[in-house]
Amino acid sequence: MGSRSSHAAVIPDVDSIRRETGFSQASLVRLHHRFQALDRNKKGYLSRMDLQQIGALAVNPLGDRIIESFFPNGSQRVDFPGFVRVLAHFRPVEDEDTDQDPKKPEPLNSRRNKLHYAFQLYDLDRDGKISRHEMLQVLRLMVGVQVTEEQLENIADRTVQEADEDGDGAVSFLEFTKSLEKMDVEQKMSIRILK
Amino acid sequence: MLRAALSLLALPLAGAAEQPTQKPESLGEPLPGLELFRWQWHEVEAPYLVALWILVASLAKIVFHLSRKVTSLVPESCLLILLGLVLGGIVLAVAKKAEYQLEPGTFFLFLLPPIVLDSGYFMPSRLFFDNLGAILTYAVVGTLWNAFTTGAALWGLQQAGLVAPRVQAGLLDFLLFGSLISAVDPVAVLAVFEEVHVNETLFIIVFGESLLNDAVTVVLYKVCNSFVEMGSANVQATDYLKGVASLFVVSLGGAAVGLVFAFLLALTTRFTKRVRIIEPLLVFLLAYAAYLTAEMASLSAILAVTMCGLGCKKYVEANISHKSRTTVKYTMKTLASCAETVIFMLLGISAVDSSKWAWDSGLVLGTLIFILFFRALGVVLQTWVLNQFRLVPLDKIDQVVMSYGGLRGAVAFALVILLDRTKVPAKDYFVATTIVVVFFTVIVQGLTIKPLVKWLKVKRSEHHKPTLNQELHEHTFDHILAAVEDVVGHHGYHYWRDRWEQFDKKYLSQLLMRRSAYRIRDQIWDVYYRLNIRDAISFVDQGGHVLSSTGLTLPSMPSRNSMAETSVTNLLRESGSGACLDLQVIDTVRSGRDREDAVMHHLLCGGLYKPRRRYKASCSRHFISEDAQERQDKEVFQQNMKRRLESFKSTKHNICFTKSKPRPRKTGRRKDGVANAEATNGKPRDLGFQDTAAVILTVESEEEEEDSDSSETEKEDDEGIIFVARATSEVLQEGKVSGSLEVCPSPRIIPPSPTCAEKELPWKSGQGDLAVYVSSETTKIVPVDMQTGWNQSMSSLESLASPPCNQAPTLTCLPPHPRGAEEPQAPLYPPSDPHPSFAFPPSLAKAGRSHSESSADLPQQQELQPLMGHKDHTHLSPGTNSHWCIQFNRGSRL
Repeated sequence: MGSRSSHAAVIPDVDSIRRETGFSQASLVRLHHRFQALDRNKKGYLSRMDLQQIGALAVNPLGDRIIESFFPNGSQRVDFPGFVRVLAHFRPVEDEDTDQDPKKPEPLNSRRNKLHYAFQLYDLDRDGKISRHEMLQVLRLMVGVQVTEEQLENIADRTVQEADEDGDGAVSFLEFTKSLEKMDVEQKMSIRILK
Repeated sequence: MLRAALSLLALPLAGAAEQPTQKPESLGEPLPGLELFRWQWHEVEAPYLVALWILVASLAKIVFHLSRKVTSLVPESCLLILLGLVLGGIVLAVAKKAEYQLEPGTFFLFLLPPIVLDSGYFMPSRLFFDNLGAILTYAVVGTLWNAFTTGAALWGLQQAGLVAPRVQAGLLDFLLFGSLISAVDPVAVLAVFEEVHVNETLFIIVFGESLLNDAVTVVLYKVCNSFVEMGSANVQATDYLKGVASLFVVSLGGAAVGLVFAFLLALTTRFTKRVRIIEPLLVFLLAYAAYLTAEMASLSAILAVTMCGLGCKKYVEANISHKSRTTVKYTMKTLASCAETVIFMLLGISAVDSSKWAWDSGLVLGTLIFILFFRALGVVLQTWVLNQFRLVPLDKIDQVVMSYGGLRGAVAFALVILLDRTKVPAKDYFVATTIVVVFFTVIVQGLTIKPLVKWLKVKRSEHHKPTLNQELHEHTFDHILAAVEDVVGHHGYHYWRDRWEQFDKKYLSQLLMRRSAYRIRDQIWDVYYRLNIRDAISFVDQGGHVLSSTGLTLPSMPSRNSMAETSVTNLLRESGSGACLDLQVIDTVRSGRDREDAVMHHLLCGGLYKPRRRYKASCSRHFISEDAQERQDKEVFQQNMKRRLESFKSTKHNICFTKSKPRPRKTGRRKDGVANAEATNGKPRDLGFQDTAAVILTVESEEEEEDSDSSETEKEDDEGIIFVARATSEVLQEGKVSGSLEVCPSPRIIPPSPTCAEKELPWKSGQGDLAVYVSSETTKIVPVDMQTGWNQSMSSLESLASPPCNQAPTLTCLPPHPRGAEEPQAPLYPPSDPHPSFAFPPSLAKAGRSHSESSADLPQQQELQPLMGHKDHTHLSPGTNSHWCIQFNRGSRL
């Protein structure tokens, strides 16, 4: 523990990061280790290349999009706070998270934020809506090769139509949230080790 | 001899006991010569009794379920045990000897496998693996804990002098007893928890534990048993080590056997394309082989069968046909429920036999208290540890239910019966204690667990329909989590699941699944497919109702009286229901390809629709959601298809029974036409929607269906969809070429607004008419190369019209359809008429001619229709089936 706390001192702005993300000290230290391991040239930030070299991400159908999510607004680099901020979406929801005073900003791991993270993976053009085209793109990534393009389009139509309530032919974030009303998102979008 | 046999018949239960005394008697009689009547009870005795017991158990089940109040309060297992007690008492009183007990051999070889297979096969695998850590902990650590603490505590009780000294047992004996009494029983747990409906996680943990702890129980039991037999003095340190090692051998070996057989099973079903009929049998045989193999190698048989079911399901379900899937499902459920019923009943009967057991209050009470206490303690301790690692911790209420849900059952009973009395002198006491424990847990805990769950407000399982969005997003979440684990550099559960899925996709599925099955097994596609079917069913159902009522109020209808009205309604509904479906699918459609989907929808519901209508009178709406009903309908439909194809060849045959039932009041020509078209293409729903498309399909599928021999019908429901999807591209093309596609958008508008429908209906009714198909078919196909096919279909068309009443209405319906469509038909019809292969009955030939003649006189039709309808009614020749249907239908409708 002693080495860890000494290591924690290395992380810049530990306290503000902790406050923002809610990560425990130990998790932050672990993540910082990981961050440094990914940062090949010790440049202090991660580039897309750094993430792309993670082997398993290459075969993940959503890998590229997830890498992209670390680089908001087209920036080329992500520093440690940014890195942790994305990962904080996957922190499990704990009891103390729920009874926060309303003045504070919503924690990053709230249901809404978890959903929003998923939503922006679909919403490539960032217009706040998943269009049919965007849905089709995701489906193409996810569904096996054996399904023909036509069938994929049918599925995409059907999916959009199912969630689309205002009839604009696209799924807004509100509609997205609604379509997942019954799902235990807090549980399904959390990773235990990210406490 | 006969007298003796009759007395046996009168009381078969007693008979079994009396037989030995009667045999010599009958032998002493002089040879009777040739017997007119022989009674051979002995030859059939064993299977007869088995069948009888199962029958009694099933009847008892029916009786229990007559009263909903009783079954909602008391679990079935309790009722069955009590019934067993009563029956056992009767047997005991009659035969003066306890008969028909639960034999360990029978139990382990015949009764247990179906239950375990059923639970393994239908285990929600995702849920199971999500909670595998907890399940394994409870199964292994929990069972060991229970066994040792209970055994040791009982021994302590004996040392303290609270157990009567006549119970001769040492520490090892008590440990042996502890090992057999500690295991939570899958049968009992399943029986009770299935009725309680706690949330999925809780259920899977308790149930998974009960399945997986078998390995531990078997090992503990065997190890302790051999230690007892060796005598505690001879047990050496290596034996303990061997005991520990055997735990791994038995559990991993059992799982391996199961997986090997799962692999074999999946591989075998890949090649059953031509022999669909044995698919269900294969599933059962190989699973049973896994069980027996594991049993033979003294590995954990329960684990083997569980793993076999769990492992093979994905591939088997993809490979086997739809019907086989249903068969497997129902047979499995039937067998399991049967076995469960018999087990509980026999358990009750066995308890009556007082010769087997000896009572000791101290032991019984001590055991009861200890198993409850240590179970609770074990659960709390383990949960505390587990919660350090669990994403969603198990709360106190879950722990209470888990502790209380640790039911003991027939496994413990069978194991205690298996004990050797010479080696275990206290066997009788153990038997009595086990019986009490089993009865207590099944009856008392089984009875109280439901109120307890209610009182504690345990999260119940909530069932909701799958939606495409949920399915898609769930997959997205999985991928996201796997990716985040990669980024974080932690190889956790999601990482390994992702790995496994990739491995499965790359190698296993390639090896074990039919190529055609890939797509169907894609989960998103699967949900899409199921949703479509569900929609088709519900919309067809609704459409039928909606339109039959709107149809009655339409002023533009030619006539609205009894017969004609319903015929119009039928016709309307025919195209109208299609319209309904369009509404669902096409409204949001933006691409032309989605129309293809719509067509697919039609074809799909074509398969489901026709027979359903026939049932409509007899079944209420909520039956429709039932699997069995749908499948049955499908089956009926396919039977019809087969019959129709045959009717091509033997033109003597009448219209198919079931298919013609739905719209018997349709006027003759129309009826024939539609029936004929159905016969040829097998996807009748298409007709009302896109006639030309239907025609094209007709020819194609006719070819295909005639090519394929009748055994291929088995395949139909799987492959049919795919075939249709392929055909529809042509459908669309055709639709675009011919002007009649213009109708296609119109039906969409109809259902919501009746006024719109009014406007469209006459036109539509014309469209739905046969003549259109005939005409387009003739123009398109006959000249080229389909002459014989056309002739065939025409001849069958004529043959279908055999009831004379049907000719006349032909006139009535022809006029409303567009003239443009008629013109090409008229000239072409006569040439085909005198073709030598026809052999029309004179009346029919006339009908054919009158058909073309009458097509000109438009105004006549309006007045004719009601008349014809009436005629139709009066001219019914009672011999044919279709007429019965008419009457049946009318009765239900009017």
